[in-house]
Amino acid sequence: MSGSAQADIRTRLQEWLPKLVLAPSFAVTLFFVYGFILFTILLSFTGSKMLPLWTFVGWKNYRSLWALDNWHTAIANIGVFASLYIGFSMAIGLMLAIFLDQKIRGEGMLRPIYLYPMALSFIVTGTAWKWFLDPGIGLEHILQQWGWTSFQFGWIKDGRYAIYCIVLAAVWQTSGFVMSMFLAGLRGIDNEILKAAQIDGASTWQLYRRIVIPLLRPAFMSAFVILAHLAVKSYDLVIALTGGGPGRDTELPATFMYSYTFTRNQMGIGASSAVIMLMTVAAIMVPYIYAELKEKK
Amino acid sequence: MSAVTQDTAVSTGRIARVFFYLILVLFALFYMLPLYVMAVNSLKPLSEITGGNMMALPRVWTLEAWASAWSTAQIGVEPTGLRPYFLNSILMVVPAVAISTVLGALNGYILTKWRFRGDNWVFGLMLFSCFIPFQIVLIPMAVTLGKLRLAGSVPGLVLVHVVYGLGFTTLYFRNYYAAFPTELVRAAQIDGAGFFRIFWRILLPVSGPIAVVSVIWQFTNIWNDFLFGASFGGTSQPMTVALNNLVQSSTGVKEYNVHFAGAILAALPTLFVYIVAGRYFVRGLMAGSVKG
Repeated sequence: MSGSAQADIRTRLQEWLPKLVLAPSFAVTLFFVYGFILFTILLSFTGSKMLPLWTFVGWKNYRSLWALDNWHTAIANIGVFASLYIGFSMAIGLMLAIFLDQKIRGEGMLRPIYLYPMALSFIVTGTAWKWFLDPGIGLEHILQQWGWTSFQFGWIKDGRYAIYCIVLAAVWQTSGFVMSMFLAGLRGIDNEILKAAQIDGASTWQLYRRIVIPLLRPAFMSAFVILAHLAVKSYDLVIALTGGGPGRDTELPATFMYSYTFTRNQMGIGASSAVIMLMTVAAIMVPYIYAELKEKK
Repeated sequence: MSAVTQDTAVSTGRIARVFFYLILVLFALFYMLPLYVMAVNSLKPLSEITGGNMMALPRVWTLEAWASAWSTAQIGVEPTGLRPYFLNSILMVVPAVAISTVLGALNGYILTKWRFRGDNWVFGLMLFSCFIPFQIVLIPMAVTLGKLRLAGSVPGLVLVHVVYGLGFTTLYFRNYYAAFPTELVRAAQIDGAGFFRIFWRILLPVSGPIAVVSVIWQFTNIWNDFLFGASFGGTSQPMTVALNNLVQSSTGVKEYNVHFAGAILAALPTLFVYIVAGRYFVRGLMAGSVKG
């Protein structure tokens, strides 16, 4: 009698064990991710300054946020940065992938060179490019010494152009990764389809435009989603490269949130900017994750 | 697969091929440029950078900048060099990678071999957490770490990195285990093997490759993190934050050669991993984006 009861408990335990083991991870995720998101959303409706204060002020923070010049600069910058960063990374990635896919000798040597920047911290990347683009010692100085004395390149110190320096460094860092995503896509295309098209007399250009690139749609999707969410999250690179300057000319939402929350003691406004960042990323990621999980089923 | 490339190669002319090589090599030079600039200038005395040309090889080769970056350079207010921060990073990375990978393996095992109602929701919620902009959790995390008395400490950073790395490690192991035949698990179950025994004896022995992917991904991500380190590092700041402090310090002469040496020091561990296990690194990147 007691033997069977014991066995019963054991099977019960075995049934519950997987859920028990999973529970801590899930609980941690619920608390540290979703609980924290809720916390920040609530905070964005309070008049918090240096520390969280639970005096609710309605939409006041959001109204102040959209009235701030710094926020408008950040939004304009993220628009410029994200579209150029995504556009150039994809164009360069696709081009390199297609070229590498032409039975290139030395592919095994080129690929790791294209991809290694992905292993570096944005702070390292930022440091390297910061000094290389610095007019005093970097590119401008180098070309002037080489004899092109009228050459000028001071973008990183010029508020109008500094954002393009950030685009350059960011593209440098991730375009090799985009290349490898496209290359994997290219290598996965069914050989027979291409053969058939060639027999039908399609030129190489037509082959790529009409058949190969449309077949790469999933790779385009993934690349876009990854680059878009990296763009919204960009923080380290700006800090290392320009520190948000000159002035506040290269401010992005991520740097805006940090400085308003932790240095300007406007926590309510900082929280509301974080909520807007989250909404943007969610709008991109949620449909993507949903579609991927549905497909898997 | 190589047949595909052959097909497309057939129709490209000689001139086109020269053009391909030209572009490919030009881009290789573009990608190597910053590394070259850092390496070459870290081996020069400062005067050769400010008075000379950044692209030139050193006339006097010296390791002084490296020694200074490692042990005497001014970081913030202390002339400690990067060494203590390198140690902080190691102390933070090792446990964070180990814990998140073990938990990821168990989660992946459960989500594929012990499925239950709503498991896809659990996974979806964990997966989304990989992609949130971390600004959304900074304030409550600061409050929580303060309450737990972990603010500004290495264990605090370990906790943060485990929590926000779990989604990725779970994703890796889940997708990997999904391809493992569930019948074997069921058969072992009928033979009386329990939850942990099946994991230990059947799943774990085949998990080598994905464990390497997970370890490399977590190592790279956590080593390279700046935002959490800067926000919660306190007196235990990691390498990236220290490097940024070194480079941005506004006092005194800008020692570019020391900055470059420091940057390479900060990059060395992840570069080393990339060179030794590049194949797995690429797989991890791909699995994090093109799933399955």
